[in-house]
Amino acid sequence: MSGRIPAIAFSTFREAVRDRVLYNLIFFVLLLVASAPIFGQISVGVERIFLVNLGLTAMSIFGIVIAIFIGIGLVSKEIDKKTLYTVLSRPVRRWEFITGKYLGLAGTLVVNTFLMTLGFYAALLFLTRQLGRADANILVAVYFIILQFFIITGITLLFSSFSTPIESAIYALAMFIVGSFAEDLRGFAAMAHGPQAWLARIASYIVPNLSMLNVITRVSHDQIIPASLIGLNTIYAFFYVTIVVSGAVIIFEFRNLK
Amino acid sequence: MHAIEINGFQKTYRVGFWFQKQKVGLKKLNLLVNEGETFGFLGPNGAGKTTTLKLLMGLIFPTAGSAKILGRDWRDSEIKKRIGFLPEQPYFYDHLTPRELLDYYGRLSGLSSQQRKLRIPKMIERVGLTDTPNVQLRKFSKGMLQRIGIAQAILHDPAVVFLDEPMSGLDPIGRKEVRDLIQSLKREGKTIFFSTHILSDAEALCDRVAVIHQGELRGVGIVSELVSKSEGRVEILWQGAQALRSIEALGAKCSEAGEIIRAELDENSLQRALEIIRNSNARLISVNPVRASLEDYFVSRLAHPVEVAQ
Repeated sequence: MSGRIPAIAFSTFREAVRDRVLYNLIFFVLLLVASAPIFGQISVGVERIFLVNLGLTAMSIFGIVIAIFIGIGLVSKEIDKKTLYTVLSRPVRRWEFITGKYLGLAGTLVVNTFLMTLGFYAALLFLTRQLGRADANILVAVYFIILQFFIITGITLLFSSFSTPIESAIYALAMFIVGSFAEDLRGFAAMAHGPQAWLARIASYIVPNLSMLNVITRVSHDQIIPASLIGLNTIYAFFYVTIVVSGAVIIFEFRNLK
Repeated sequence: MHAIEINGFQKTYRVGFWFQKQKVGLKKLNLLVNEGETFGFLGPNGAGKTTTLKLLMGLIFPTAGSAKILGRDWRDSEIKKRIGFLPEQPYFYDHLTPRELLDYYGRLSGLSSQQRKLRIPKMIERVGLTDTPNVQLRKFSKGMLQRIGIAQAILHDPAVVFLDEPMSGLDPIGRKEVRDLIQSLKREGKTIFFSTHILSDAEALCDRVAVIHQGELRGVGIVSELVSKSEGRVEILWQGAQALRSIEALGAKCSEAGEIIRAELDENSLQRALEIIRNSNARLISVNPVRASLEDYFVSRLAHPVEVAQ
């Protein structure tokens, strides 16, 4: 393995960073966050809540968009442009390639989120004139957003290992939307009877439980997130990512490259 | 030990909506390539050349058969440190510069930082890209991309180099540059396996060639033997139209280009033709035996599906 996975990861990161679409998205999010104080003036007394909700939601949505739209091309682009041929003709194993690609995009999203978080805190400081201990709580929400990105990147990679980019984007987006309502799905499963209950229960375990990773409203109202939830969510995300990335590796191991 | 040993490679694709139809990409292929040999893999488009190369590179999986490269299983990841590959019409990460691209491939090949630091500038110089080491590849011409493609294939000093249609789509200057690069690799004693449908390139570069058509090996031959076979006919070039009629009367096929006349005739009529030229005070330029060309061999192999023992 040695330096091959880091080399592939760094190359993926560099490609994403040099991608103009990515810059546009970051710029857009930063602009949105920066304009939040202006919107905050409309909602007198709840400026901070408004800013936290708006900023973190924007950060989440744009990160998911980046994860999906770069993720769908991670493998297919390399096959279409035949760049993969020169990579796999070297002592690079297919699982190393998939892992490197995943880590590269995950790293890109972490860096982007870090930059967006800086922009967000700048906007918060501008609005509240000081940062308190409660504001550090927001970092937990940011951390959960990053875990969501990791999961969605893994899911996108899994779909892109056997379907076209457009199909992968649709499937991954669907998983994100359904996953955001995973708790409701579980509630439905508990209330339903017969086959519907079983189907809902199976679906609720297959789709990622992203609603558990969404604590934006809670941190905007200064609710402390328990350490146990942080630990459980971390373990959940780790296992979910391991399963979907392993699935992508298994499919890719047996795939004939056109 | 052979550099490449292909034992019954077969590739069948399942096509159609329910994957019920079978399409043969490669019929049972057996092939041996010696170490240090430049081997041309010839065939028209769609013959199975790229399929064979993809199988050897582990990009697709064979339906049956196996192969060895430098005596080891072709799937062995260690063997990949000793081979280089240039795909057909390569496209590289166009956001990278040649230096960055070679650094990336060097890292994937397991070259140390010190080795990369030493080899990359030399390689850039060798393929003639010293003016553009920091220009992104998206600004490169096709010929330049082909050169950087060869650079990535040989950066780690492989013993066997696989090139898929390396001259395809290049202008005459680009072709010459790539041909020169292949010749320099040949001088270094590397085994070169390249597929092409440009027969003049194969004739100029290869020690041996194989012809493949419709996924089937049609023949293997030594280039020097193939092109030195005399057809029992000779070619005469001379200046002086006064001898033309008499030589045509010998049954020669004549053609004129300016003042120079070319005649191709049976070897038995050569002495008589030379007498005619001498007696008519025409100026003899050259007499050469008519040799078989690689094209003749190629066309004959396409027409006759006979597998030749190697």
